[in-house]
Amino acid sequence: MSLLRFSEFTCWRSDEALFKAVNFSLNSGDIVQVVGPNGAGKTTLLRSLCGLYNDYQGDILWQNQSWQSRFYDFSHSLLYLGHTPGVKKSLTAAENLRWYTSIQQGVSARSNIENALAQVGLDDYADTLCQEMSAGQLRRVALARLYISQRSLWVLDEPFTAIDVLGVSQLEKHLQNHVQHGGTVLLTTHQPLAIAQVKNLTLEPCLREASYES
Amino acid sequence: MSLETYSLSHALAASLKRELLLAVRQKSELFNPLLFFLVVVVFVPLGITPDKNFLAKLAPGMIWVFALLATLLSLESLFKADFEDGSLEQMLVSPLSLFWIVGVKVFCHWLLTGVPLTLLAPVLGVMLFLPSDAYLGLIASLLIGTACLSLIGAIGAALTVSLRRGGLVLSLIVMPLYVPILIFGADAVNNLAQGLPYAFSLLVLGVFFFLALLGAPFASAGALRISVTA
Repeated sequence: MSLLRFSEFTCWRSDEALFKAVNFSLNSGDIVQVVGPNGAGKTTLLRSLCGLYNDYQGDILWQNQSWQSRFYDFSHSLLYLGHTPGVKKSLTAAENLRWYTSIQQGVSARSNIENALAQVGLDDYADTLCQEMSAGQLRRVALARLYISQRSLWVLDEPFTAIDVLGVSQLEKHLQNHVQHGGTVLLTTHQPLAIAQVKNLTLEPCLREASYES
Repeated sequence: MSLETYSLSHALAASLKRELLLAVRQKSELFNPLLFFLVVVVFVPLGITPDKNFLAKLAPGMIWVFALLATLLSLESLFKADFEDGSLEQMLVSPLSLFWIVGVKVFCHWLLTGVPLTLLAPVLGVMLFLPSDAYLGLIASLLIGTACLSLIGAIGAALTVSLRRGGLVLSLIVMPLYVPILIFGADAVNNLAQGLPYAFSLLVLGVFFFLALLGAPFASAGALRISVTA
């Protein structure tokens, strides 16, 4: 039994399929990279999985049941990091994380938050307003969630954007650590990953000629 | 206590704290509706007439209309920032029901817009020579009325959050729903000013409030989901 299974799954945008229907299984311990050219629907696929996009066909089975019908349970194991990181610029790093963990129904002890921020290299930035941070630091505040959360399925859309070389290798280590403890990672990135056991989920764009003719 | 301990009250308290912190740090958004309210009411005697009796007749309706417009001004930003910076996605993905998150946001909107407007209104009533009997009615009707305005306005704000210039559409959606609140709100104050029975109008406002309280957070949550997933 696989943890998560895409069956004949494809996303639509303005009455056109974005990519050829995929069949793919994820198990715990997998790191899966969604691969495809720009505009192939990588982000849309991840958003659909997280319940943020509705125009799809096919189904995703989570523990052998349609994930939509069990979305509440599913959301308890889901951590999503999108293009827009969901970090408020007029709050401090610690305030952002405290709010995040509380709506994820976790308990956010100050020590946990400071520890997570230290892990992403923001040791002394807990009480710094996010508007005073650089793009990379802002991204790191969002990534600090990966060190607080105990969710098992991580869905990460371009997590390495604006992160420096050292940060990338630390994050890769953290992802590997997560899957070694039974977690699952589904991510998109255009950077070559220095992780050995990455599986690829390739999205093949649909040919668009047909639609031009009709 | 484990990290994943379910705690609704904790999540609500944290959301409330976040909203208040954000409001305090973005003071201009906090003061804009109040400033608008103050300025237009000050302009009325200058532009129309300084005649005491005339203004006294106009005052209840004027104050109500301007309070409504001030609320409308502040609505567009209700969910906008959360939509743009990705916080709304995190809210949708979280196991916490969107109903609660919307509820907290609307409550804060009322607390930071409706309540200050209500507190400012008696001062402006003095400027417009509002009869002294009407002050209690003004405060009571505005307190209930602005809560209705925030609740109903949230539906419009949620429906238009993904539009780039949603302000006009928002007004068009919300205005018809605001009409009965304006009528009964101003009516209560008018009647009080003239010494007529006013309890009925306040009662109707109260009914509107409970209906809005039951329906609006659900409708707004649904509308937000549609706006994000479309």
